[in-house]
Amino acid sequence: MFVAVIFVLIILGSIIFHFWSPWWWTPVASNWGNIDDTIILTFWVTGAVFVAVCLFMAYCVWAYRYRPDRKAEYKPEDKKLEFRLTWLTALGVIALLAPGLIVWNKYISVPENAFKIEVVAYQWGWNYRLPGNDGILGKTSVGLISDENPFGLDSNDPNSADDILVMDADLHLKINQPVKIELRSLDVLHNFYIPQFRAKMDTLPGIITYYWFTPEKKGEYEILCAEYCGTGHYAMRGYVQVDEEQDYSNWLAKQISYEKMLAKNNIKNKLIAEKQN
Amino acid sequence: MSDEYTENKLEAKAADSSSGSYAPTAETVPAKESPDQELYHAKSFWTKWVFSQDAKVIGVQYALTATAIGFIGLILSWGMRLQLGFPETFSFLGPATYYQSVTMHGMIMVIYLLTALFLGGFGNYLIPLMVGARDMVFPYVNMVSYWMFLIAVLVLIASFFVPGGPTGAGWTLYPPQAILPGTPGSEMGIVLMLISLSLFVIGFTMGGLNYVITVLQARTRGMTLMRMPLTIWGIFTATVLALLAFPALFVACIMMTLDNLLGTSFFMPEIFSMGEKLEYGGGSPILFQHLFWFFGHPEVYIVALPAFGIVSDLISVHARKNIFGYRMMVWAIVIIGALSFIVWAHHMYVSGMNPWFGFFFATTTLIIAVPTAIKVYNWVLTLWRGNIHLTIPMLFSLGFIVTFVNGGITGLFLGNVIIDVPLSDTYFVVAHFHMVMGIAPLMVVFGAIYHWYPLITGRHLNQTLGKIHFWVTFVGAYAIYFPMHYLGFIGVPRRYFEMYDSPYMTSGVGLNQFITVAALIVGFTQFLFLYNIFTSWYKGEKSERNPWKANSLEWHTPDYPPTHGNFGKELPVVYRWPYDFSVPGSDKEYIPQDVAPSQVPTAKAETT
Repeated sequence: MFVAVIFVLIILGSIIFHFWSPWWWTPVASNWGNIDDTIILTFWVTGAVFVAVCLFMAYCVWAYRYRPDRKAEYKPEDKKLEFRLTWLTALGVIALLAPGLIVWNKYISVPENAFKIEVVAYQWGWNYRLPGNDGILGKTSVGLISDENPFGLDSNDPNSADDILVMDADLHLKINQPVKIELRSLDVLHNFYIPQFRAKMDTLPGIITYYWFTPEKKGEYEILCAEYCGTGHYAMRGYVQVDEEQDYSNWLAKQISYEKMLAKNNIKNKLIAEKQN
Repeated sequence: MSDEYTENKLEAKAADSSSGSYAPTAETVPAKESPDQELYHAKSFWTKWVFSQDAKVIGVQYALTATAIGFIGLILSWGMRLQLGFPETFSFLGPATYYQSVTMHGMIMVIYLLTALFLGGFGNYLIPLMVGARDMVFPYVNMVSYWMFLIAVLVLIASFFVPGGPTGAGWTLYPPQAILPGTPGSEMGIVLMLISLSLFVIGFTMGGLNYVITVLQARTRGMTLMRMPLTIWGIFTATVLALLAFPALFVACIMMTLDNLLGTSFFMPEIFSMGEKLEYGGGSPILFQHLFWFFGHPEVYIVALPAFGIVSDLISVHARKNIFGYRMMVWAIVIIGALSFIVWAHHMYVSGMNPWFGFFFATTTLIIAVPTAIKVYNWVLTLWRGNIHLTIPMLFSLGFIVTFVNGGITGLFLGNVIIDVPLSDTYFVVAHFHMVMGIAPLMVVFGAIYHWYPLITGRHLNQTLGKIHFWVTFVGAYAIYFPMHYLGFIGVPRRYFEMYDSPYMTSGVGLNQFITVAALIVGFTQFLFLYNIFTSWYKGEKSERNPWKANSLEWHTPDYPPTHGNFGKELPVVYRWPYDFSVPGSDKEYIPQDVAPSQVPTAKAETT
């Protein structure tokens, strides 16, 4: 009796905790609300199975507890029952999987009009590169990275010149503009994750990975590194600011292009050289 | 085969006619295929108890070593929990020490505790006894297997004392980070870890070949595969998985060691690290992840399948009822084992591999839910209309069902590729895998120890301490991991040393403190269990023979507890499966496997 009651209480406690828990999603701020819907669906289906199995178990523990005069049933198999349970489970699994795959298909199909942003991850921080007016990000190479050229941009590529370099952990995005995040890492694995946007992907050295989303709510969101990257992993953060058109343009105007940075460096280098002479 | 049967029918065929239409036809057993082999007989204390070739002693050696290193893993988890719950109060842990604790805790628990305990410990002790063999087929190799395991453990422990300390790369050891200076222990720690793992694989292969070949070749007469206890099915299938999966880990370890020491670039692309370009170029970090998870996912089932098997036997014996759907249970174990090799990349949905893989691996992963669910149904259906003794092994089995179902359904979240996107690398994952491959298998380990301790020592564990152990461990562990899923929903990432100024975390501070307190209590209770094991060894209540009234062969040896050679002069002959409990028509409540149908003529047992 006691044992069955405790099991029932644990199940009831879990249900109550679920509905009264103060810990739940942060409100979604991107177009990925349907990820949340898939999770809610999974919650209902699997939650029902969990509660049903555990309560049935608790019932058995109570109803068939040991009595000296009781004799257990002898029934090695019940093909019909096993067959039904198998197909019922299979149906449940299909019901969970199908919508999930449909949303996944959306997740990996980047819309044509998505604005490309390169995220450069390093131990332990974030930088960003936006394409200039040409809308194309210039070529890069690890071998070209230096103090003067922190992104390793290829000066011979005509697309590089107008690329905008953001040497800061804060990134601004225009509201309702789909963005394709192109992820690049200089050293180890990282992961560009903003909980409110629901999306994430690892960054790797040697490969460019990507994902896309549309920010749909104004505000400031924290960027977390979600792939362990060494001692400073927990401190590798930044902010994304989702702006209205005007604020975004103001921010963009303050950023510096590769061309301008090179020019600045040249002047600086000249001054240093003159001084040394 | 069948023509061999005819000339070797044992005793009374007459029984067939007397027991009417229910008469089992399984009165016959095949002849001995080969004469008995002489065992190695140890003479001295050293060869009997230290460099022992007796699988029972080796099993206990494995279990004790695994338990010892497991307690180190437990203590490491306290350090982590103190930091997460009370970061200001316990500032003795820096981020480097924290990450080293995380890494060593994970690796110790998965490989050196659970794998070694289930296969090396229970496998060695139970396989020969339960299939009716005198020992493993290669006793000497079996002994070497244990000593390799011990050396692997010692190398692992040594890594705590080298300059830079043990590796802090996370138990997944992902390169490039694992061998670059931004990670603690990237000097000697990672090298020793890779060597220790390689030694473990070598040692395991020696043991694993023994387990598989013993099950296939050394079963006693009449012990068909479909009469084996599910415990053996679980351990056998898990060993096959391990023999196929561990080589992937082994080569990954060797390749990373070469990358680290000789400057090869298997896993290392062009890297710009800490202000300079490294010599590496052309390798792929994702290749390591594929190799690691090709081992790592079967590894989950290497731990889970023995637990599935053992818990089936515990439930059946203590509910006095045959396991429901035995054949389905066997096939489910085999199917899960086979499927476990084509789901590995569900650990890599957001790793940057080709996103189209997501469709394939999400589908295969969710298919595994079907045979797994069948197993769960069959466990609870075994309880139904049983006569349930709420002994401690039964309590732990019930605890297993709850925690396993809970951890299993959260697997349906993470396996469904799109749901994994927000949840991967958060505390949801931490809660999921602790519930499903930490707590649930440990419930079975505990239940199994309470169940078989009398067989090993001839004494019972203390029941009061056992009940305390069960309730605190079960309720406590559930209280730790159930709410932890919700931290993942908020978005709290795993492997964070601290993040108290983040909006996600501030709401979870109280919850984290609660989890830490619960973890400390549950941890201390394990020491109580250890105390119980050691004191009961000489002070425990004496156990009568076959105290649980089980049918499988290990309880029916001539000497109790079983001695060298397991079965006196003649090996037992098996006539039935081990689940003939409460058979109608029989005056006996249970019919052991070596009882011939003619000895229980009225029993209306189904032929197995």
